[in-house]
Amino acid sequence: MSTIPADALKLKEHEAHDAHHDADHKPGFFTRWFMSTNHKDIGTLYLIFAIVAGVIGGGISGIMRWELMEPGIQVLNRAWPIGAGTANFDEWAHHWNVLITAHGLIMVFFMVMPAMIGGFGNWFVPLMIGAPDMAFPRMNNISFWLLIPSFTLLLGSSFVSGGTGLGAGNGWTLYAPLSTSGSAGPAVDMAIFSLHLAGASSILGAINFITTIFNMRAPGMTLHKMPLFVWSVLVTAFLLLLSLPVLAGAITMLLTDRNFGTTFFDASGGGNVVLYQHLFWFFGHPEVYILILPGFGMVSQIVATFSRKPVFGYLGMAYAMVAIGVVGFVVWAHHMFTTGMNVNEKMYFTAATMVIAVPTGVKIFSWIATMWGGSISFETPMLWAIGFIFLFTVGGVTGVVLANGGVDNYMHDTYYVVAHFHYVLSLGAVFAIFGGFYYWLPKMSGRMYNEALGKIHFFLMFIGVNMVFFPMHFLGLDGMPRRIPDYTPAFAYWNKISTIGYMITAAGVAVFFLNLIYTFTMGKKAPNNPWGEGATTLEWTLSSPPPFHQYSTLPKID
Amino acid sequence: MRLIGWAIALAAAGLTPGAANAQASGAPVANAAAIAPTPADNPTAASDATKAQPIVYGTVGHAIPTPGIGEPDGRKGIQEQVTPIGREAVGFHDNILLWVCAIISAIVLGLLLYAMVRFRRGANPTPSRNSHNTLIEVIWTIVPVMVLVGIAIPSIKLLRNQYTPPPADVTVKVTGHQWYWSYDLPDYGVSFDSYMLKEKGDPTLKAGDRYRNDNDGPPLLAADERLVLPAGKVVKFIITADDVIHSFAVPAFWIKQDANPGQLHETWIKVDRPGVYFGQCSELCGARHGFMPIAVEIVPPAQFAQWIAQKGGTMPGSKPAAPDSTGISPVTPAAAPAPATPQPASQPSGNATQPPATNQAATAQN
Repeated sequence: MSTIPADALKLKEHEAHDAHHDADHKPGFFTRWFMSTNHKDIGTLYLIFAIVAGVIGGGISGIMRWELMEPGIQVLNRAWPIGAGTANFDEWAHHWNVLITAHGLIMVFFMVMPAMIGGFGNWFVPLMIGAPDMAFPRMNNISFWLLIPSFTLLLGSSFVSGGTGLGAGNGWTLYAPLSTSGSAGPAVDMAIFSLHLAGASSILGAINFITTIFNMRAPGMTLHKMPLFVWSVLVTAFLLLLSLPVLAGAITMLLTDRNFGTTFFDASGGGNVVLYQHLFWFFGHPEVYILILPGFGMVSQIVATFSRKPVFGYLGMAYAMVAIGVVGFVVWAHHMFTTGMNVNEKMYFTAATMVIAVPTGVKIFSWIATMWGGSISFETPMLWAIGFIFLFTVGGVTGVVLANGGVDNYMHDTYYVVAHFHYVLSLGAVFAIFGGFYYWLPKMSGRMYNEALGKIHFFLMFIGVNMVFFPMHFLGLDGMPRRIPDYTPAFAYWNKISTIGYMITAAGVAVFFLNLIYTFTMGKKAPNNPWGEGATTLEWTLSSPPPFHQYSTLPKID
Repeated sequence: MRLIGWAIALAAAGLTPGAANAQASGAPVANAAAIAPTPADNPTAASDATKAQPIVYGTVGHAIPTPGIGEPDGRKGIQEQVTPIGREAVGFHDNILLWVCAIISAIVLGLLLYAMVRFRRGANPTPSRNSHNTLIEVIWTIVPVMVLVGIAIPSIKLLRNQYTPPPADVTVKVTGHQWYWSYDLPDYGVSFDSYMLKEKGDPTLKAGDRYRNDNDGPPLLAADERLVLPAGKVVKFIITADDVIHSFAVPAFWIKQDANPGQLHETWIKVDRPGVYFGQCSELCGARHGFMPIAVEIVPPAQFAQWIAQKGGTMPGSKPAAPDSTGISPVTPAAAPAPATPQPASQPSGNATQPPATNQAATAQN
């Protein structure tokens, strides 16, 4: 860190040099967007990518809700890609599995992660810590561009055989042996390669974030002065770095089991089917915190900004995230309570899982305490943040129910679990993403969004997603298993409500796109800081949008 | 350890040598169908009988399910529990967990709403700068810890009880296949496969195949062959699979155990209430994952013996036909006369005309 002043000096020279030409000279279109080394442009690319993937993944969930609206098969027998398009029942049913697999993988790896880490992380970590760019700008570029072939492979896998029908139909967890001996054809191989590339992309991104945050903070920006969003990305980056290699190993073993005759997960050759699940969830559980931690960071920024108060219990908030990250690595087998583990293991994972509720509770209460005594205004980002706090709490308490190994026996692999993880992800992570998007859209685009449309978007989605997912608790408690394309008529009522909720949600998303169009065509010019005195982080000191290269003179933090 | 112990015990008993070896020594995965005689290679009297005669609902193996028990009914809570573990767990869930959920959610919602109203900009134009309060931070760390300890104690107790089964009276080996279940009762010499009953008019229904009737159970849950088990007895399930992972789950029993190829796992039930209980495969197992239901019929012990006889098995007490037989008939336990006069009604014709089998007993117990 002692080198920073020297760097700052060099940058000053550059600035003097640039002043003769154009202080904000941008490269041409192709060079700027396809060979980008600028963290803001790469962040924008990530956000566009996430929006495209979100539309695809959300469209797939639309097909799923459409099919589940009534008992019987009404949709899967339609033309591809809505259905399997043939008269073969097994192919319809397989198509369902392809849809659930694609929905999960797309939303996790190609929507939430690129939006939160690639998009907002790239855009705002350097701005918030007072750095001119990421530590490894070219590596940043390849992190993004690896996602394109990765996504192409995943989407492409639905055009090739996956055994019973077209596409990989193993669920996003790719459990062996369904994903090995149970699925002939290249679709699963393509999905595995897709995950390899996405994983490599994320690992490179994580290295970049860790290096940037540790080495490129402006003078005076100590770790304990970093904005909580930066803290959240730092913890997330460590989780990525430590967990993704395990996933890569596990799916590589899947590949060799599939293609080269190894038997890692095949009991007939001395392997073990549960081993895959241990490896997968050793990655998979930190992964769910990867999906939510940056959201925690964003919500902290938003709540503090619109309450016009500093975050309550800053250190507690930062170290709660560290604690969640650490404990998140030792609770993975609560996803496997029904695999037949022994009772002591179950007791341990029950207890360890419940421990996570404590730092999570600290965060929830600290957000409320940040609002307490504040002077709160309810612009769109704040609505999303408050919605997040409540709905994440609801998702959190059902998580405590599921943490009990003895109770999970009943709920495991039912819609109760689907309700739980959509409350924390679809209503948690996605609400945080929309909150962050509205919060930073003026900064990123230089234009104000339409407040009325933003609020309509929020309320439609708030009502919609609750209607989609709350009834799923009832379905799960009544015994409806996950991942089934058809159900017994007793489940019809709540499924119908859920599908109506999806329609409301979709209307909300349509309003979001209207708002985007409004912003870029008619939006008022955004001031440097549209949010007033509560917005204290460094990005608000810059113009909106920020200059192509910022902090030629490093800011000093006292 | 428990698992391997069972594998060894089973191997010693010579019941499922292949499966036990697979677990212990990594030998090729046991294909239960290859070991256990299936109706196909070893047709039993029962399977012939079901083909030949119309089904008589209300007799053993065809008890009429009670709506709302053992099957989903669109309620907003957990299904009626009929095992001791299920009752303990549902009490824990309904009396503790649900309240904790509701109270915490209500507290958070209440605090949020209060803050939103009380500290809105119009009401509180000057924000406080207060950002620390050690006492309150300690409180909101310690109180959740105590709540969680309060949850953990009954939770651990429940786990311990689940994993402390009483000695088993009946052992059933359950094997998941793509996409049906097979059941072996090795002590009784009974083995059969159980498929979902398709709906009338299903295009995949072959001519002459039996289709679902409402007396079989709800759509997608009814199975052609039910697993019939005695009431009041401890039943141990030994669960495995022969292709991919399945999961054996019956919500009303509070059991869900993955069926892992190459491994044996156990779970147990003790059900006092005769009746029909449905479950579904609960681990994604390929295309027809949603179409391999589990149907368990609990009957009074006497009828269980009758069912065993129908299936061509023998009760352990009565000796199988052996050279040194003293003339005891291997089948027909005295207490269980098969319905001598087959009722013509194979369609629902009202419980009153049916033999007062499990359905009646069930209502009585309720």
